[in-house]
Amino acid sequence: MTGLLASTLRRMAVAVALAVAASTPSPVLAQEKVLRAVMHADVRTLDPFWTTQTIAGIHGMLVYDTLFGNDEDDRPKPQMVDTYELSPDRKTYTFKLRDGLKFHDGSPVTTKDVIASLRRWGAKDSAGQRLLSFTDTLEAIDDKSFRLALKEPYGMVLETLGKTGTSVPIIMREKEALTDPNTQITEAIGSGPFKFAKDQWVPGSKTVYLKNADYLPRPGNERPSAFAGSKIPKVDRIELVWISDPQTAMSALVSGEIDFYEQPSVDFLPILQGARGVKLMKGGKIDTLFGLIRLNHLHPPFNNIKARQAMYHLVNQEDFLRATIGDPNYYTVCHGMIVCGSALANDAGSAMMKDYNPKKALQLMKEAGYNGEPITVLFPTDHVSITPATQVLIQAMREAGLNVDAQSMDWGSVVSRRTKREPPAQGGWNIFLTTSGTVAGSNPVLHTWIGAACDKGLFGWPCDPEVERLRSAYGFAATDEEKKKAARDLQARAIEQVVYVPYGQWTVPLAFRADRLDGIVPSPGLAVLWNISKK
Amino acid sequence: MVAYIVRRMLATIPVMAVVAVFVFFLLRLAPGDPAAIIAGEDATGEAIAAVRAKLGLDRPVLEQFGVWLYGLVQGDFGTSIFSNLPVGRLIAQRIEPTLALTVSTLLVAVCLAIPLGVLAAWRAGRWADRVVMVFVVMGFALPGFLVGYVLIYVFSIKLGWLPVQGYRPISEGFLPFAESLVLPSLTLGIAYMALIARITRASMLEVLSQDYIRTANSKGLETRRVLMLHALRNASVPIVTVIGIGVALLISGVVITETVFNIPGLGRLTVDAVLKRDYPIVQGLIIVFAGAKVLVNLLIDISYVFLDPRIRY
Repeated sequence: MTGLLASTLRRMAVAVALAVAASTPSPVLAQEKVLRAVMHADVRTLDPFWTTQTIAGIHGMLVYDTLFGNDEDDRPKPQMVDTYELSPDRKTYTFKLRDGLKFHDGSPVTTKDVIASLRRWGAKDSAGQRLLSFTDTLEAIDDKSFRLALKEPYGMVLETLGKTGTSVPIIMREKEALTDPNTQITEAIGSGPFKFAKDQWVPGSKTVYLKNADYLPRPGNERPSAFAGSKIPKVDRIELVWISDPQTAMSALVSGEIDFYEQPSVDFLPILQGARGVKLMKGGKIDTLFGLIRLNHLHPPFNNIKARQAMYHLVNQEDFLRATIGDPNYYTVCHGMIVCGSALANDAGSAMMKDYNPKKALQLMKEAGYNGEPITVLFPTDHVSITPATQVLIQAMREAGLNVDAQSMDWGSVVSRRTKREPPAQGGWNIFLTTSGTVAGSNPVLHTWIGAACDKGLFGWPCDPEVERLRSAYGFAATDEEKKKAARDLQARAIEQVVYVPYGQWTVPLAFRADRLDGIVPSPGLAVLWNISKK
Repeated sequence: MVAYIVRRMLATIPVMAVVAVFVFFLLRLAPGDPAAIIAGEDATGEAIAAVRAKLGLDRPVLEQFGVWLYGLVQGDFGTSIFSNLPVGRLIAQRIEPTLALTVSTLLVAVCLAIPLGVLAAWRAGRWADRVVMVFVVMGFALPGFLVGYVLIYVFSIKLGWLPVQGYRPISEGFLPFAESLVLPSLTLGIAYMALIARITRASMLEVLSQDYIRTANSKGLETRRVLMLHALRNASVPIVTVIGIGVALLISGVVITETVFNIPGLGRLTVDAVLKRDYPIVQGLIIVFAGAKVLVNLLIDISYVFLDPRIRY
């Protein structure tokens, strides 16, 4: 028998040796600097306007350029724009593009491309729609200059053009920009710091970007600050490797197979903190995400304001944040709807949120006419942060004496089900939880979840004209003081109406190989992958 | 024989038709809306409806089925809802890693499990048999993902011998190709090895008790010849059957293994497509998997003729 095994092993060894001899290794690309990064999601679509997925924005920012880029304090700074002027009546902006801007196919960037891109973006993005609704004319003066004339002195023009997060107003070629906004473009040819290597794209596995050697950064080597400053592509190639399993991604970073991990699972942070060569970095001055409990305003019991307000008394944010993040270094209790730590953060109306009191919650529910009917909570079982938060809410509701109908499903099903307006018994819902980016949540106009635009708003459909009026008022505020007042008024009204119930905010730090990478720029919004060099 | 093969090939047509109908309608019955996922977290109901209309997902289900079936009979699997790329191309991109993983697993499993099963049967009741049986029980009991993580921790993180993840095509050289497959093959193969070793042992035990084996031994034939030529060959039909059945195990196993080791194969494509509700990809993959299973079964049935001369079609 030993002979039998030995003979089998001998044959296998010969086969392997023959195969080794027969195979010729491919030539190694000498000295090519490759940044291998694992992002929070895989690049599935080439059209940054077609979806509000954040990963589409990251792809867009690599391949395309933007007119403005917001800095770490969320102030818009010119990027493709060289100079701009605002008329004394604050109604007409004149922009001039920088010299020498070129698309990856070599064609020059002109105002035709800019105007077509802004129109396509403005047809899809809510902030863009708002901007275009205040726009009288958007026209080219010549190939380099264009004019944006407003009907009213809307004060959010530059912030909107520099917005990041989702639906970034990138500039594409006119050819693609004229595509119907609801039809996905099939080419990704921009003028950004990296070129998309379509032939190497394997959706669900790897997306490759090559250095745009012709990219013209802002002159003067401006200090990089979030999306502002000189963008310099410092590596030859970026590979966005999609590793869906967080444990594998963590192991790949520790072993050095990848250089950059955008959103490691919070469970692995202690391991990464102790790993040799690995460093963790917070995204910026404010947290990166906030959590919210959305109530369905269309159906009982939450079509009654008392029932909605009752939910504030069931939320002890510490409980949610401990379950979601765990480490207090990475979370912030925030009793407000404008993101805490941002320039507009305030405490208007927040007293109600600070009173954790299940008995009071039940009392208010009863006053709202609640009589033990089942409350349908959409319970995703596969979401890294929303699953534990939903479990905490369900437990808090049950302990308070509410009848919870927790419907378990995957996150994809929640995303689908939450669009349904029917009553819960007919396939609708009462409550779901979600998260949102703090960059948008810091600005009343860009903060879509604070809106209360009835049927035109987001799922849950809060309906309050006063909230919408206050959001617009912020857009027309001329001074910082006026902006702060508008933000306070908005928050107080939104809290009173319970457009949503916040359960805190947190940061998922990015992890990277500090022994290999230099020049990482913190950003609370999208990850910034230019200006990173590899040692 | 040829007539049999032709008959079997023709019989696959209704099988595939049933698979096509089931996969299409089961997917539509499952909750989830790809338009809502595509539109993204901050999309309004209006925006989602626009995406749904653009993708044709608002049309009657029967109409959608007709469009898909019409393309399918012409060899067109459709277009991915998300990437807008042809499903055929996406599947073709992923076949090589999955094929490499399943073939290497098959080779490793068969080459190790059959000798282990023979050894266990030959030494039935002794320590060698018990060691093999412990391995078999562990192989069945341990979940694949756990085995994968342990192997990664030991061989990649601690020892640094093998890569944690990824797949290197053979065009990049045999060594990186083989390195990228060692841990995934072991992970995927452990349950498969246990199955084959268990069946080999049982089948061999039955054959080894036959009179002709006793005759062969009493004639003074060396043990290796008795085991390999007389016993194993006659025990091979159930073993080959289990190897064939095990291909289904491999197909389901690659889904987990490819996820744990980040191998861009058909398994990963399946998981991602299901989570994203990318219907055309899931439909295309199920058709491909079903076709592969039917083909493997056919090959197994044909192999019986060569293994057992009493079998004729």
